[in-house]
Amino acid sequence: MSITDEFTKGLWKTVAPFRLVLGLCPTLAVTTSGINGIGMGLATTFVLVFSNLFVSLLRRFIPTQVRIASFIVIIASFVVIVELVMQAYFYPLFKILGIFIPLIVVNCIILGRAEAFASKNGLLVSLADGLGIGIGFTLSLFVLGSLRELLGSGTLLFYDSSHPGFHVMWESFEPFTFMLKPPGAFVALGLLLGAMNLISRHQARKGG
Amino acid sequence: MADFILLMISAILVNNILLIRFLGNCPFLGVSRSMDTATGMGLAVIFVLTLAGMITWLVHTYILVPLALEYLRTIAFILVIATLVQFVEMVIQKTAPPLYEALGIYLPLITTNCAVFGVAIININEGYDLITAIFFSFASACGFALALVLMAGMRERFALVDIPKPLEGTAIGLITAGLIALAFSGFLGLV
Repeated sequence: MSITDEFTKGLWKTVAPFRLVLGLCPTLAVTTSGINGIGMGLATTFVLVFSNLFVSLLRRFIPTQVRIASFIVIIASFVVIVELVMQAYFYPLFKILGIFIPLIVVNCIILGRAEAFASKNGLLVSLADGLGIGIGFTLSLFVLGSLRELLGSGTLLFYDSSHPGFHVMWESFEPFTFMLKPPGAFVALGLLLGAMNLISRHQARKGG
Repeated sequence: MADFILLMISAILVNNILLIRFLGNCPFLGVSRSMDTATGMGLAVIFVLTLAGMITWLVHTYILVPLALEYLRTIAFILVIATLVQFVEMVIQKTAPPLYEALGIYLPLITTNCAVFGVAIININEGYDLITAIFFSFASACGFALALVLMAGMRERFALVDIPKPLEGTAIGLITAGLIALAFSGFLGLV
């Protein structure tokens, strides 16, 4: 596969939370608004790209027996960087995402890509793979977050009181707060996954 | 004692780690297809999480804090958990082969179970003392096992019912999880 193929497969064919059912905890927990989804997605993408880069660079030097432990140390180092940078420059977002930032270290997408892809492939394709999967993850979180935000509070792109985003729903719209609660997260993700399956089936029928 | 009972109820029912705190959802959806695997996973998590909660607390209090290395918490904890899981695996394999057979591949999988790591961090963030931390870890793990077994019980019946094609598999699993979570939010007034 070419580099572009490696990049684009992460955007639809193997988009992480839906197709691979990996990385569900942050997907469900932080997507109460679109901006939160983007923040979490970008933090994860950063870690994913750099861990892929370093795992791919070091793949000839890491002994097979201790590879998982080595991967985890590489991933954890970048998670600490993200944690400290976010704490310094994006404090409100850091507060909202809370425990889920250190938890990037156990996000199975990242370890999965290190083990299944970066440890077997060259530098450039590994970068493309990390970037593709990461952007796909970010977009999924953004779509899910926006959907929940739209139905649950009637706004889009809300960040804080000084950046309130847009009120898109009509005047008398009664927010469907169920969507912002934990059960709503499961149901919204389940329905989105169903919708995605529907589109894929439609495409397959047209193609075949 | 009343405090501990309250903490247990809160961790198992009100703030259920899977359904309300969203930790450990990958195994929740991955291994909840049959009752046997769900029970195995539940037991393995109770065992490892309680131990991990205790050891990470000790590492944080007696190694990281005196050396002013709190910012290395993430790396230190994940290494402790990975080593612990490996160690537990070896000990069980030597001393209790039947249990080892029963837990099977679920033991190594626990390393990347964010429930373990998450609870270790919550213990520190909430400033629990050692006994409370152990209680909280144990109770959270029980909550995990409870939700997992409930979910498996429901999903076993999916084999017999007619589910709309696009929703088959994970999608219907997620919606079911949502309904279980909705039921659990009824416990909100308990504590």
